[in-house]
Amino acid sequence: MNLAMLCYILSWAVCLIGLFLLPSCVVALFYQETAGLVYLAVAAVYIAVGLLLTRRKPASSRFYAKDGYVTVALTWILASILGAVPFTLAGDIPSFLDAMFETASGFTTTGSTILTDIESVSHASLFWRAFTQWLGGMGILVFLMAILPLSSGRNIHLMRAESTGASVEKMVPKIRESATLLYKIYGVLTLSEMVLLLFGGMSFFEAITTSFTSGGTGGFGVLNTSMSEYSPYIQYVVTIFQLLFGVNFGVYFLLLARKFKAGLLYEELRWYLLVIAVATALVMWDIRSLFPTLEEVFRHSFFQVVTIITTTGYMSTDFSLWPSLSQAVLVMLMFIGACAGSTGGGMKISRWLLMGKYVRCEAKRLRHPRVVYKIRLNGSAVSDDILRQVLFYLVAYVLIFVASLMLISLEGYDLVTSFTSVATTYNNVGPGLSLVGPTSNFAFYSPLSKLVLIFDMLAGRLEVLPLVVLLSAVGEKCGSVMKRTKKSAA
Amino acid sequence: MNMIIVGCGRIGSTLAEELSQEDYDITVIDTRRDRVQQIADNCDVMGIVGNGTSFQLLEEAGIAVCDVLIAVTGQDEVNLLCCVIAKKAGHGITTIARVRDFTYHEERTYLQQSLGISMLLNPELTAATEIARRLRTPKAIDISTFAEGRAELLTFSLEGKNPLADLPISRMNQKLGTDILVCAVERNRKVIIPKGDFVFQLGDKVSIVGSPQSTSLFFQRIGIASGQARDTMILGGGRIAYYLASQLAVMKINIKILEADEERCAYLSEALPSAMVIHASSRDRDVLLEEGLESAQSVVALTNVDEENMMLSMLASIYNPKGKRVTKVSDMPFSEVLERMDLGSVICPRELAARQIAQYIRAMQNSMNSSVETNYPILDGKAEVLSFRLEGTSPLFNVPLMELPLRDDLLVSAIIRKGRVFNPRGNDCLMRDDTMIVVTSHKGIRELTDILRPGAALRGRLGRPVEEDSRR
Repeated sequence: MNLAMLCYILSWAVCLIGLFLLPSCVVALFYQETAGLVYLAVAAVYIAVGLLLTRRKPASSRFYAKDGYVTVALTWILASILGAVPFTLAGDIPSFLDAMFETASGFTTTGSTILTDIESVSHASLFWRAFTQWLGGMGILVFLMAILPLSSGRNIHLMRAESTGASVEKMVPKIRESATLLYKIYGVLTLSEMVLLLFGGMSFFEAITTSFTSGGTGGFGVLNTSMSEYSPYIQYVVTIFQLLFGVNFGVYFLLLARKFKAGLLYEELRWYLLVIAVATALVMWDIRSLFPTLEEVFRHSFFQVVTIITTTGYMSTDFSLWPSLSQAVLVMLMFIGACAGSTGGGMKISRWLLMGKYVRCEAKRLRHPRVVYKIRLNGSAVSDDILRQVLFYLVAYVLIFVASLMLISLEGYDLVTSFTSVATTYNNVGPGLSLVGPTSNFAFYSPLSKLVLIFDMLAGRLEVLPLVVLLSAVGEKCGSVMKRTKKSAA
Repeated sequence: MNMIIVGCGRIGSTLAEELSQEDYDITVIDTRRDRVQQIADNCDVMGIVGNGTSFQLLEEAGIAVCDVLIAVTGQDEVNLLCCVIAKKAGHGITTIARVRDFTYHEERTYLQQSLGISMLLNPELTAATEIARRLRTPKAIDISTFAEGRAELLTFSLEGKNPLADLPISRMNQKLGTDILVCAVERNRKVIIPKGDFVFQLGDKVSIVGSPQSTSLFFQRIGIASGQARDTMILGGGRIAYYLASQLAVMKINIKILEADEERCAYLSEALPSAMVIHASSRDRDVLLEEGLESAQSVVALTNVDEENMMLSMLASIYNPKGKRVTKVSDMPFSEVLERMDLGSVICPRELAARQIAQYIRAMQNSMNSSVETNYPILDGKAEVLSFRLEGTSPLFNVPLMELPLRDDLLVSAIIRKGRVFNPRGNDCLMRDDTMIVVTSHKGIRELTDILRPGAALRGRLGRPVEEDSRR
């Protein structure tokens, strides 16, 4: 393990988080809030410490896959801790654990909150909440790679560990340009949403925060009522943009490269749209009697389906009051998730596609034991390695899910609350059902449960692997230390 | 600059590794998935699995915006076809193909012209040339060649007792009876472009330019033994051995080749009339000693097995400690270990080939959008050697050099006119269709007029300033 390199990247991450805090100071200045001073002080400390630590460059830039996983896992844990500091110091969230929950929920683009009254929080903190979601959507280290000339080619391991999906590849040969390109596409989409929202009469602050939180498919609102009080126009705009942010960014790259056919025939994209269409139709049929006009039925079904499948988690109306079929559909959408390579969470359409194809392949093998059959995605064969990773992901996913559910159930709330709490945080959605429904929050959980949920959010955003590698590396170290102490004691 | 490398063998992967660290956008193509994956994991490049001769695949790899395509698969025909397709599909693309077959090598001029391939690379020939150079010159001297080998630039250090020490440049050629131009001197880590009154000191790193004949005379006179071996023993009769023998034969060096395969021996003896071909295994110590391993002035180990070459080289060092030794090592996974072994000069054909391509590409990029033809850094990049092809018309033509207001940190080192190299004197003029070689410690010379002092007006026979002319 290249510890020097690990520290070097982590120090840059500290510095970067300091930089990210600066826009909040500007917001505070605008609203004349004292919280701005706290943000400024914290940012200054982070930048100073980060710059100081990056003075020592690592001697060797050797960097392997495991280093990539560990670095990513530690960066995200560090970000959740460092990002929480200003919340507590500014007095918006007095408990540090709560602040950490909120920050982790932000960076992982979950959108679950522990705030009971969102509107009482300072604008600086509201902005910081939204900004973490925008950054977390595409990734902190991807941003780092876009601005830092970390010249080693092995940084692909960092990008792989942080980006979502079964197989992460670069779009252009240089990793730095790939990262820059991703952020450019991301920025342009966010900016266009912002403009369209301003057009619909939203205030400037709300337009910025809404486009940030929907861009990262996070779902933090700045109003207690989330999206339900906005005009239909704004709700439609937000829906469409959530849908766009849930698409694999590779598709946008293909479109930019004028490969329209390849882009539109992208298998994952077609399934994503199909799932949304079917789910919307089901929900519409189920809630047809709840609203007076067909337009409203369609708007709420469409909004809720898209916001859940992209794992954003706004609400246009309290869907925990909907009939059980709709609720079941929405919970299932949580697990499906958005496309790989998007800012969304969940298990990703492409993984479900591969798993479905794998089941079909094995079924075929049962009937024809000697059959040679290659699974294809987008027309080209999928290597066994990728398939194995998908299956590993599924197994690890289920194990972590079950373990978390056990720990949460210790609190003794009803099964729907416990189950949807884990499902919504693990899949980075935001709201659950029953006690954690769209109009409630997570403040009532005990510290242990909050820690478990923080872990789930990180595991969900980083797609399990980095945390598993980190845990196994730490376990190995502990094991060897224990063996040594046992030996010396004997 | 965008670049596509087809073939991820030894040369391809070395190239990708080296060039990806610079500002090149590289895409590698190979049919072997594992090789592509390995390169894409280790270097900052994009990998595509597939056949590099497929138009569609090249299209996907971005041939339309690609500047250079390098085809280095194991098969000559694939490489050539790949370049031809790339030439048609790309826009103004530079193509480089590895062609090792002897027949194609013979016809390389025709192939290059008719197929529009910019560079044909023959790794075995490159290796042979490099070995020949090592046998020809002492170790202390570093050589680069220009204008297809007609001019050489050599760099050496002034050490020990040397007639050059404390000698001003203006009296050097007169005293030594040579025709050499000193173009750059590095002293105390600073590069000086010397004038006539410059005085040499011990410890200087001196770069000189001249034709190969004049430089070898120069080294004789200043007492750096030319070190040229008069006979050589080549162990193993592969392709490199063949190319090496044919080059050494021209230099009148006695050659002895040991080869275990009888048919190959017959072929070699037919193709190389001046060489002595011996049918024997190089694993036989008695034969080696009988054929004069102890007395040979140089031994070159060129068998197909790296380990055998290393053993042979070390064996030669035991029996013949004074002789020069060259060892071919094809694959160097643990280069640190090689450095510890006493192997004489180690030659790695793949690295040489990769370096040659990299140098070509760098020179090409340096000279983009300018009339500089090639651009080589010397003295650790502190100075540059530029070659200009003089075309069209210019007010600089037909004016004696001493009347041109040339930059102080620049020297017109050589002019190649009608295939002949000479070191220009003050009365010589630049003429159309010359190739001019200048050495300078100033970076950023792109046009011919840049060799003049900035702001200096040229009052030659045309009687008007240069600025005016270049604006037109």
